[in-house]
Amino acid sequence: MGFLKKISRFFSSRAAIRQLPFGSLTVDRNGDVVTSTVSSTYPKELLHEIGRDVLALFREAREAQMPLAEVSIHFASLRVTARELRGGAIIFLFPQTGLSPMPT
Amino acid sequence: METQHKILVLDDDADWLALSREMFAELPSKPEIRTVSTGARALALLETEPFRLLICDLKMPRMDGLQVLSIVRRRFPELRTIVLSGLEDEEFRSRAYALGVDLFWLKMDMQRNTKMFLECLESLLGRDVDGGFRGIQSKSLMDIIQMECLSRSSTVLRITRGPLVAKLWIQDGELTDAEVEGARGEAAFRRILSWKSGTFENLPAEPGRERTITKPVNALLLESAQAMDETENPSTEPESIEDTSHRKTIWKLAMLTREGADFVVAVPPEGRGEPEALGTQSTEQLSAWTRHAAAIAKKLGEKIEAGPLSHVAGHNLEKQLFVLPLGEKSFLVGWPPNAAAGQLFDQSKKLVASWDS
Repeated sequence: MGFLKKISRFFSSRAAIRQLPFGSLTVDRNGDVVTSTVSSTYPKELLHEIGRDVLALFREAREAQMPLAEVSIHFASLRVTARELRGGAIIFLFPQTGLSPMPT
Repeated sequence: METQHKILVLDDDADWLALSREMFAELPSKPEIRTVSTGARALALLETEPFRLLICDLKMPRMDGLQVLSIVRRRFPELRTIVLSGLEDEEFRSRAYALGVDLFWLKMDMQRNTKMFLECLESLLGRDVDGGFRGIQSKSLMDIIQMECLSRSSTVLRITRGPLVAKLWIQDGELTDAEVEGARGEAAFRRILSWKSGTFENLPAEPGRERTITKPVNALLLESAQAMDETENPSTEPESIEDTSHRKTIWKLAMLTREGADFVVAVPPEGRGEPEALGTQSTEQLSAWTRHAAAIAKKLGEKIEAGPLSHVAGHNLEKQLFVLPLGEKSFLVGWPPNAAAGQLFDQSKKLVASWDS
C-alpha cells in the first residue's frame, strides 16, 4: 500500500473531537438562553441542556429546603459555575487543564 | 506466536519522542512504538488501533495530559497508562494517580534510572503474566511489605488510595514507622492494611526517620490478618457485631469532628439500601437531593463530553455543600459557611474515602 493511501486512511478515520465550551451565558426561568459569549460554533442544544440542568439543580435544592445561591459542577475537563438570577441563572463555563488551579 | 504489543507515546517535544522511540524499541518484548504530539491525535489513533500502553506527557498546548487521561480512562479502560512528565509537583502526581494511571515518573528520574523504568514498562506490558507477577499493583499490600522486609531493603513505601496518602518506612528490612490521616505507628499501620486497593510507589529511604514501631513486622501482619478475618467473618454472637458497628460509628464521628464538617450523608443507588447520615436529621431530604444532583450532573457530563464528574459544590448563607460520587454511592458533605473554602474539596474527599474503609 502506498504511503499516501496510509496517510489518507489515518486522517479519514480520525475521531471528531468537539471543543469544550468557554464563556458565559444567562438563561431565563425556562432554561432558554438569553445571552451568551460562548463560541457560536458550539451547539445551541447543548447550551440549552446546560441551562436546563443547572436550573433543575437549583429547583431541587429549593424543594429539599436548602436553596442554593451558587452551584459548581466540576468535571475532569470542564467547570460549570452558576449563580441564581431571578429564577434564571448566569452560567460560567471554564475548560479545565492540568495547569488550572485545583477546584474549590 | 508471541503478540507484539503496541505503545503510544504522547509528547509535544519532538526530540523527546525521537528519543523515546529509540529507547522503548530496545525493550526485550520488542513492542511497536508509535508517537504523537497532540492529545487529539492520540485519541484518534487509540480509536482506530489497539494499544497496550499509553505514555503521556502532562504539559502540552491545547489538550493537556490530564484531559487526555480523563478521556482515555472512560473510553479505553483496559489501556495501561504511564505519565512521564517534567513537572515536579506532588499535586500533579496525585491528580494523575486519581485518574487511575499505572505509573507516574518524572523525566529526570527516568533518565537517571532508565533500567528500572524500562523494567516497569516491560512489566506493565504484561510480558510476565505467565509467571504470575504483573507489576506491583497486582500484589496485596501484605505481599509488598513482606517482599520488602525479606529482601532486607530500605525504602519508603508511599500508598495512595484516592485522596488518601499513607507512608510506610522500612529500614534494613524492618518496619520502623507508618503514617496515615494524622495517625502514626502501629495504629496507622493497621489502618493502612485495612485498605483493599491502592497504588504503591517506592521512594528513597529515610534512615533518619524516628522509629515508632518496634514489633516485628510478621507479628504485626499476623495480628492485622486476624483482625481483618474477624471483621470479614464476624462471630455469631450479636454483641461482637454491635461492637464493630459501634466502633465504625465512633471512627466516623471522630473524622467528622476532626475535619470540622457539619454532616455527611452516604447515599447508595436507588433500591440498594438505606442512606446513612451523621450530623443531620434531614437524611431523607438530603439523600434525595444528593441522588438527583449526582444523576443530573453525570448525565450532563456525558452529553457535553466533559469527562467524568468530579463533584458538585454549592453554597448559601447557611452552609457549603459538596456532592461527591464514589463507586456506586454518592456522598453529600456539609460544611459551616465560615469554613475556609480552599481546602474543603480535599477535606470532603478525605472524609468520603475514609467512610467505608
